[in-house]
Amino acid sequence: MKETLGTTGLVMNEPLLWEKGGKGRCGFSMPRRDVESFPINGGLVGPVPDFPELSEVDVVRHYTRLSQWNYGVDTGMYPLGSCTMKYNPKVNEKYASLPGFAGAHPLLPPSMVQGALKLMYDLERFLAEITGMDATTLQPAAGAQGELTGTMLIYGFLRSKGEHRSKFLIPDTAHGTNPASVSLCDFRPIPVKSNKDGILSPEAIAEVMDEDVAGILVTNPNTLGLFEENIRGISEIVHGKGGLVYCDGANMNAVMGIVEMGKIGVDVMHVNLHKTFSTPHGGGGPGSGPVCVKKHLEPFLPVPRVIQEEGSYHLSSDYPHSIGRVHGFYGNFGVMVKAYSYILSMGPADLKKASQLAVLNANYIKEGLKNVFTLPYDRPCMHECVFSDKKQNVHKIATVDMAKRLIDCGFHPPTIYFPLVVHGAIMVEPTETESKETLDEFIETCKSIAHEAREDPELLHEAPKNAKVRRLDEVTAARQPCLID
Amino acid sequence: MRYLPHTDEDISAMLKVVGVGSLEELFSTVPEDCRKKEPLNLPEPLTEWELDRHMASVATNMATMPEYKVFVGAGSYEHFVPSSVLSLLGRSEFLTSYTPYQPEVSQGTLQGIFEYQTLICRLLGMEVANASMYDGASALAEGVLMAARITKRKKVAISRLIHPLYREVVKTYLWPTGYEVVELPFLENGRTDLSALDGVTELAAIAIQSPNFFGCIEDLAALRKKASGQGAMSIVSFTEALAYGLLRNPGSYEADIVCGEGQSLGIPQSFGGPSLGIFASRMKYVRNMPGRLVGKTVDQAGRRGFVLTLATREQHIRRERATSNICTNQGLCALGAAMYMASLGKNGIRELAKLNYDKAQYLKGRLEETGFKIRFEDPTFNEFVVELPNTFEHTYKRLLDQKIVAGLPLAFYYPELDNCYLMGVTETKTKEDIDTLVKGIGS
Repeated sequence: MKETLGTTGLVMNEPLLWEKGGKGRCGFSMPRRDVESFPINGGLVGPVPDFPELSEVDVVRHYTRLSQWNYGVDTGMYPLGSCTMKYNPKVNEKYASLPGFAGAHPLLPPSMVQGALKLMYDLERFLAEITGMDATTLQPAAGAQGELTGTMLIYGFLRSKGEHRSKFLIPDTAHGTNPASVSLCDFRPIPVKSNKDGILSPEAIAEVMDEDVAGILVTNPNTLGLFEENIRGISEIVHGKGGLVYCDGANMNAVMGIVEMGKIGVDVMHVNLHKTFSTPHGGGGPGSGPVCVKKHLEPFLPVPRVIQEEGSYHLSSDYPHSIGRVHGFYGNFGVMVKAYSYILSMGPADLKKASQLAVLNANYIKEGLKNVFTLPYDRPCMHECVFSDKKQNVHKIATVDMAKRLIDCGFHPPTIYFPLVVHGAIMVEPTETESKETLDEFIETCKSIAHEAREDPELLHEAPKNAKVRRLDEVTAARQPCLID
Repeated sequence: MRYLPHTDEDISAMLKVVGVGSLEELFSTVPEDCRKKEPLNLPEPLTEWELDRHMASVATNMATMPEYKVFVGAGSYEHFVPSSVLSLLGRSEFLTSYTPYQPEVSQGTLQGIFEYQTLICRLLGMEVANASMYDGASALAEGVLMAARITKRKKVAISRLIHPLYREVVKTYLWPTGYEVVELPFLENGRTDLSALDGVTELAAIAIQSPNFFGCIEDLAALRKKASGQGAMSIVSFTEALAYGLLRNPGSYEADIVCGEGQSLGIPQSFGGPSLGIFASRMKYVRNMPGRLVGKTVDQAGRRGFVLTLATREQHIRRERATSNICTNQGLCALGAAMYMASLGKNGIRELAKLNYDKAQYLKGRLEETGFKIRFEDPTFNEFVVELPNTFEHTYKRLLDQKIVAGLPLAFYYPELDNCYLMGVTETKTKEDIDTLVKGIGS
């Protein structure tokens, strides 16, 4: 067999921070003491926190070694479905750390922070244009907070009309956060099944839609990677009963410049700057989940809002219908800088092309693997495709085994066991920044793993063998939690 | 475009495999009436070199150090961040990885967050800390929701001396729940008036901030007594995490939930975000906590390793009955805070915290000498409130022209505190900077 991308290499063992170091070490250049020491009431003073004692070199080695146990987009293909792990441009990082941005205090008079306000003002408009909506808030710090904000806008809108609805429709292809987000707004999620084609049918919506339903939270393209073709009809049914349509835009990367969400009946949606707009995920954030709305929801957007008057920018809280604040300041500004830089680097034509190539890459993978794994919905996909492990189950191999084997072969596994509507789901989102050669290598690797599943299943059960650790005991971790040392 | 690797030949070959004739045809499942007809109306792309100039010009229009001397804290603090921390955080294995759902290839992030959880517990005297929340404000809102879940009560008391913007976020989060909020007034000494709770019953939680928005150190023992007497949970919020390098921690006062802002721990101010929501509690409440948790375990070979754990609390498993909807949090900021705490260590954190205290005390003393009134007498950490003459508004503007920001005017947030300014001093201000400020205020 051809040599795989993944190989073995030297990484270092590294203990916990407090298992190393030496008494009296400090890795920080203490600022000069140019004022005297003032007395403080002894009753207020606590013991010194039991932190480690490390030199700067100790700290640098520690984290460098830890970093080498991680896999990132810069390491290789990271085809996590619904996560859009595209390349995170280096230049964006540079701009976010410009002293004018990184050193800015959030509560200075607006005249002193015109640059930041201008950037936010422009980014709001860029996102409104890309989604085809009318107005944007940048405050939500992540997609789930965007969902909460968007749901609350709907709650506020209905309340302003004197309505109190109790239910919210959530399709079975929704993101995991969706039910939890609507329930924070005191709505009861009502599950809706997708049809045999993996999409929602207007009939299914009509059946559950009534005047107690506040709206529907539809992910489009959905988590099967399929475009909700009936979206216009569904929107009409929901609107007909006075409900609103929320679109989870986590999968916006498939349709930039192609679908105009504002035109197809969407009233409110969020986008993830850390997915579609190339900002790095940081191993779990910070993200940013701006919310875009149509005109009728604009009065309810969080305050403060950035406004432009006579050539300068201001922050205004003069919106009596606003749901209020969702962030202590204005959201994850540093992330906004990176997304703004990305949009200006790409321009209108290449944003659209990015979506086209993301969809091309996903369809290419689908074609390459549809005879290797089971493809439950054999239709043209958008930016991701979802397989099932049914063919491998006969050899007592499950999705998790193949995922772990992919690690040994040098790839980050796809999203697995999600969406729940597919048995042993393998959800592949290659993104547009992967080249044809890389996709070919991924496809070949998956084929050889499927071959191994038949010929040498033990190899898969034992995987991974090349990573820093083998499979971990998650059951004990949950039964006897050890969360601090 | 340099981020898009496809050559024309690649595209043709791939389209052929897929069985369509053009890129447009890939979208056959998108109905015609859902399509965008016109091109996106966005600026034409810039080269990297054009963008360099553009971004530099946008970032120039900002008042930041070292040119400006900003004596404002109020939830965002100017602290020195070691280059080593910034450089380590820039390592792409940390930066460009996703949430550690595949632990075998995420041990760096996982051990890093486990260490963060441990360091936060040691700083705050708590038993368990999560992998982070969005910011101090949403951490407080989630803390209040958690207390309501545990006590099954629907009324919370919140001090007026909690950061006004945090209180606004709490209000937003609580709005659809119908929970009642009792606001606690403040005393003349600059602390929360807990006696306002006499006769109030059925409280889920009492939340105060220490050091509070006026910089004063609250009486956490009194909070504990009041809360336990009521069967309510005690919540301690904070905006300046560094204070606990010096002050007795909330854990030693048996606080139930401690939630606040960790921006001070090595995270650039960045116009208010990204920052770090810190959330800590007691082990007995762990299954009611929001957010991700990293736990220690072993691999098949018996070696130490780390995984995300207790996920049955979380949205992707428990769905609508989850303890929170949070998914992506501020992971990289938490990692950065751990790097910063590790760099300071036990030798550095006390010294740095005391230096902050001393510089603020020095400014306080100088202002008093010059004849200005320190509005609240209770001890403070690195912020305090000074009352200045009603003519000061002009001086304030003049000082802005001299690139000095002389505190945050409080009247906007507390109308009764006309002419009062919240001053913040950290280690980034020299004695000379402080003297210049005092001279400016006095002239």
